[in-house]
Amino acid sequence: MVDHLLGIQGLSKSDLYRYLDTAHSFVEVSERDIKKVPTLRGKTIVNVFFEPSTRTLSSFDIAGKRLSADTINVSIGASSVKKGETLIDTVRTLESMNPDVIVMRHSESGAPHFAAKHLARTSVVNAGDGAHEHPTQALLDLLTLKQYFATKKRGIEGLKIGFVGDVRHSRVARSSVWAHLTLGNEVRLIGPKTLVPEDFARGAFGTDTIKVYSDLAEGLKDLDVVVSLRMQLERQEEHFVPNLDEYSKEYCISERILARQAPGCVVLHPGPMNRGTEISGEVADGPRSLIRNQVTNGVAVRMAVLYLLARTVGAPEEVSHG
Amino acid sequence: MTAKYKPVPREWQLVMDEETISRAISRMSFEILEKDRDIKNLAIVGIRTGGEYLGKRLQQEIQRIEGTEVSYGVIDITLYRDDLSSSQSQPTLRGTDLPFRIAGSRIVLVDDVLFTGRTIRSALDAIIDFGRPRRVELAVLCDRGYRELPIQADYVGKVIPCQRSQLVRVRLSEMGYRDGAYLIEREER
Repeated sequence: MVDHLLGIQGLSKSDLYRYLDTAHSFVEVSERDIKKVPTLRGKTIVNVFFEPSTRTLSSFDIAGKRLSADTINVSIGASSVKKGETLIDTVRTLESMNPDVIVMRHSESGAPHFAAKHLARTSVVNAGDGAHEHPTQALLDLLTLKQYFATKKRGIEGLKIGFVGDVRHSRVARSSVWAHLTLGNEVRLIGPKTLVPEDFARGAFGTDTIKVYSDLAEGLKDLDVVVSLRMQLERQEEHFVPNLDEYSKEYCISERILARQAPGCVVLHPGPMNRGTEISGEVADGPRSLIRNQVTNGVAVRMAVLYLLARTVGAPEEVSHG
Repeated sequence: MTAKYKPVPREWQLVMDEETISRAISRMSFEILEKDRDIKNLAIVGIRTGGEYLGKRLQQEIQRIEGTEVSYGVIDITLYRDDLSSSQSQPTLRGTDLPFRIAGSRIVLVDDVLFTGRTIRSALDAIIDFGRPRRVELAVLCDRGYRELPIQADYVGKVIPCQRSQLVRVRLSEMGYRDGAYLIEREER
């Protein structure tokens, strides 16, 4: 059975912990002098990105290389893509190279699922599809939280977590919300009504347990974790927010408001940050920021995902060991 | 004082009991010291999971005999296995921890059962990724034969004559069992 990682939705709690525990071991590999293990020697990983990305792409590329896989990066300009037909052509072309894993980013929701359906012997990893999911980002956020709360002798269940900003267009938020719902955490969505409509939670996640706030201070109250989301500049042109100055006046996460409303909280941001728009420089660089840990953990999480998926590719054979 | 041990299946045939295992560890410790008296660079490395408790016991026994500290580490060979594609293999990674300098050290690798030699081959690859040891030796509690690679142990607790199809399992108090090594007819998969 070829496994894929297409989204966090549908993963069980034990699936989540399997990824996190495996990633935990890979943190050590990245701290060695020789940052390479022979595990995926002879495996081919194709990173096919239909959307520009530097951080996610290089993170997957490094992860594959540290596992000794051969990695090939294919960037396909979004403008040159006619959806549907071209995607299936691309998938067929990639299939002819006989890769073991395809890591795919696409501006259309569901593109990696489409590819997975048409590939018989290749694992597909979703590296971000439209506003739908970005599972490895959600996993690296969880790993970052797991490491942090372990120092406080706590796990990552029973937490209060709030997502602030453009939840509507954020695949990172969507994947993370699924994960925290699975873990049984209290999830809040905070932002202007245009970006976090009141009925959004029920529509997107099919649950009434998610609370929606349009007032930042009220939403932040007593949170353990605040996830600041990137405010895309295009949203102003699309009239979701009147202008960014006004947005930041109401929703920028500052140390002052955190100290008052959620003094014990830690802060995550999927990057890249707009300092002064959705998060203040003081918070981003301050002691409650786990943002740099997130970047470090990105490689370990992607190594874990590639390791767990690539195992399932290829003819299983009974081999004695001892 | 009667500690409650988890039971092992009745059909498992005991080939080393508590006492035999304890004597074997003691004897192997003396042999390790006899081979090279310089223990400054000595490091005991247990292979997860079968060798980690045995390695710890060897380290403690050597420390007791010599009255000085001996380095100890564990390696997880999962990432170095040659049967990764086999879906039977355990996926759980438990991590490597070698808190000492590998370059120039004398390493004694420890495992519970020596069989095909493939685990040891993987362990050697793993060790060498961390540096160039002066020498690597191998200590096993049970040598059951049927090697598939040219590997042999320097220190052996006991040679277990058996058939290729039989299994040899070691259970220790650290895992909640009474110490024992067992010969088992092949389990149903």
